[in-house]
Amino acid sequence: MDTIEVIKNWIDKESQVLDLGCGDGNILNILTKELGVTALGVEINQENLNECINLGLNVIQQNIDEGLSNFSNKSFDVVIMSQTIQVLKEPKQALLEVTRIGKESIVTIPNFGHWATRLNLLLSGRMPVTGALPNNWYDTENIHLCTIKDFEVLCSECGIDILEKRFFNGSGKEKGLTQIVPNAFAATAIYKISK
Amino acid sequence: MDDSLGFVEASKITLNGSLDLECGKTLKTVELVYETYGSLNSDASNAILICHALSGNHHAAGKYKGDKRPGWWDSLIGPGKAIDTNKFFVVCPNNIGGCHGSIGPSSINSETGDYFGPDFPIITVKDWVRSQAMLSDCMGIDRWHAVVGGSLGGMQALEWSRLFPKRIKKAGIIAAAPKLSAQNIAFNEVARQAIVNDPDFNEGRYLDKNTSPKQGLKLARMVGHITYLSEEAMRSKFGRELREEKLNFGFDAEFEIESYLRYQGDVFSENFDANTYLIMTKVLDYFDPASECNGELADAFKSIEAQILVVSFSTDWRFSPERSKEIVNALIEAKKNVSYLEINSPHGHDSFLFNEQDYVKGLASFLKN
Repeated sequence: MDTIEVIKNWIDKESQVLDLGCGDGNILNILTKELGVTALGVEINQENLNECINLGLNVIQQNIDEGLSNFSNKSFDVVIMSQTIQVLKEPKQALLEVTRIGKESIVTIPNFGHWATRLNLLLSGRMPVTGALPNNWYDTENIHLCTIKDFEVLCSECGIDILEKRFFNGSGKEKGLTQIVPNAFAATAIYKISK
Repeated sequence: MDDSLGFVEASKITLNGSLDLECGKTLKTVELVYETYGSLNSDASNAILICHALSGNHHAAGKYKGDKRPGWWDSLIGPGKAIDTNKFFVVCPNNIGGCHGSIGPSSINSETGDYFGPDFPIITVKDWVRSQAMLSDCMGIDRWHAVVGGSLGGMQALEWSRLFPKRIKKAGIIAAAPKLSAQNIAFNEVARQAIVNDPDFNEGRYLDKNTSPKQGLKLARMVGHITYLSEEAMRSKFGRELREEKLNFGFDAEFEIESYLRYQGDVFSENFDANTYLIMTKVLDYFDPASECNGELADAFKSIEAQILVVSFSTDWRFSPERSKEIVNALIEAKKNVSYLEINSPHGHDSFLFNEQDYVKGLASFLKN
């Protein structure tokens, strides 16, 4: 099962779904077609916005870092934030907002604790550049990377409940050591959370 | 690809029946001029209604024979353009109260045989939308693929989606606002005062007296024009350029911006009717759908079924992006289908008339499905 399959399994048919940082609308498009959800995306990149509109998706041009106060409490069944939290200026605030707006939320993070990242830093003594993190420290969009442990600590500090979690290796598979020592072997983690 | 519509012609139609206006008066016969571009398909499902803004009219695209300049939205309407006339049948009427052929203050009142002049009733956005719905009936269009407009035109598109939810699939609301601010109304009032205080206004009966309040209309247009441009656009286009490279220590037009505004005002006052201008500003001032629902905009949007695209422009200070966001956020709250684009453009409020790439692409994508 890949990440999108997991997300699909965690969302009920015909739910109201908000995807914060929806990119080109790939996830929302699949959810709309396969689950008949009512979808709304939030995105900042003009090309991505146009892609979403092209797919017939509803999408709002808005900078998540400038606040989400236009979305009222528990106004969506599910809020998705996939591979987005690490590019935000205020990830903690965003996490609180996500759980305020959604009855449940699904957050996907890249795991900075992955062994390849650790090894890269250990051996080269420089900020890791890996397949999952291909840019140099000075030109990466990822300004707030965290490990699986970090994320779970933040959730606990914020009083956010982790309802479910799944871990994937670099090929998007859930197998082997990824499941035993996720903080060292998972490339990606998906959480279902609520507050 | 040739993206020009070539030569176009206007048509005239008398609508079936009378029109009861929001002010309580009735227009017994309603004559509208309009233009169409492209062809209506067999099930009449490809029609797009274009709503014009304050000083606009039915001549949205293409050229009249002998004219150098095309219609006001030619940058967006034509073969292969954002509003693609190869796919869509595009209709643009001149609104009632206008001065380019549809019934308005400069028309003859059939009951009296005189010009309507100042007796022409005050119109509202709702009246316009109802008259446009009557036009749709005459044309055999049950449901518009889309209703699209900029500024005051966007307000009509929004009202269409509220008033006739079953008759509109999509609404393009561009550079608009859910209601005018005090500052917006203030600018309109300056324009109105300029007109009614022109000695040639003759309490609106200038056509009977064979005069024309051109000075007042010119001033009104000059004030309006300033609000359509951004500070940035004005600075880059005119800066402090002088017409004669030196100061003349007088009150003639010395700076380029002065001469530009005077010229724009002169051209406008030759081609526009003062009573129409007064009515158009009132239409703007009165527009306020939320007022029907105790100020709750989201409640005013309950009836909407259309898919909506709201577009704003970064340098528009007349109807700033914040004003568009009020519409967007109320639509989100009302759980309606809405998309929103905030386009970077230097042209201020007038941006909606320009061929900005992101804007054109977004609108084209929105309309195509």
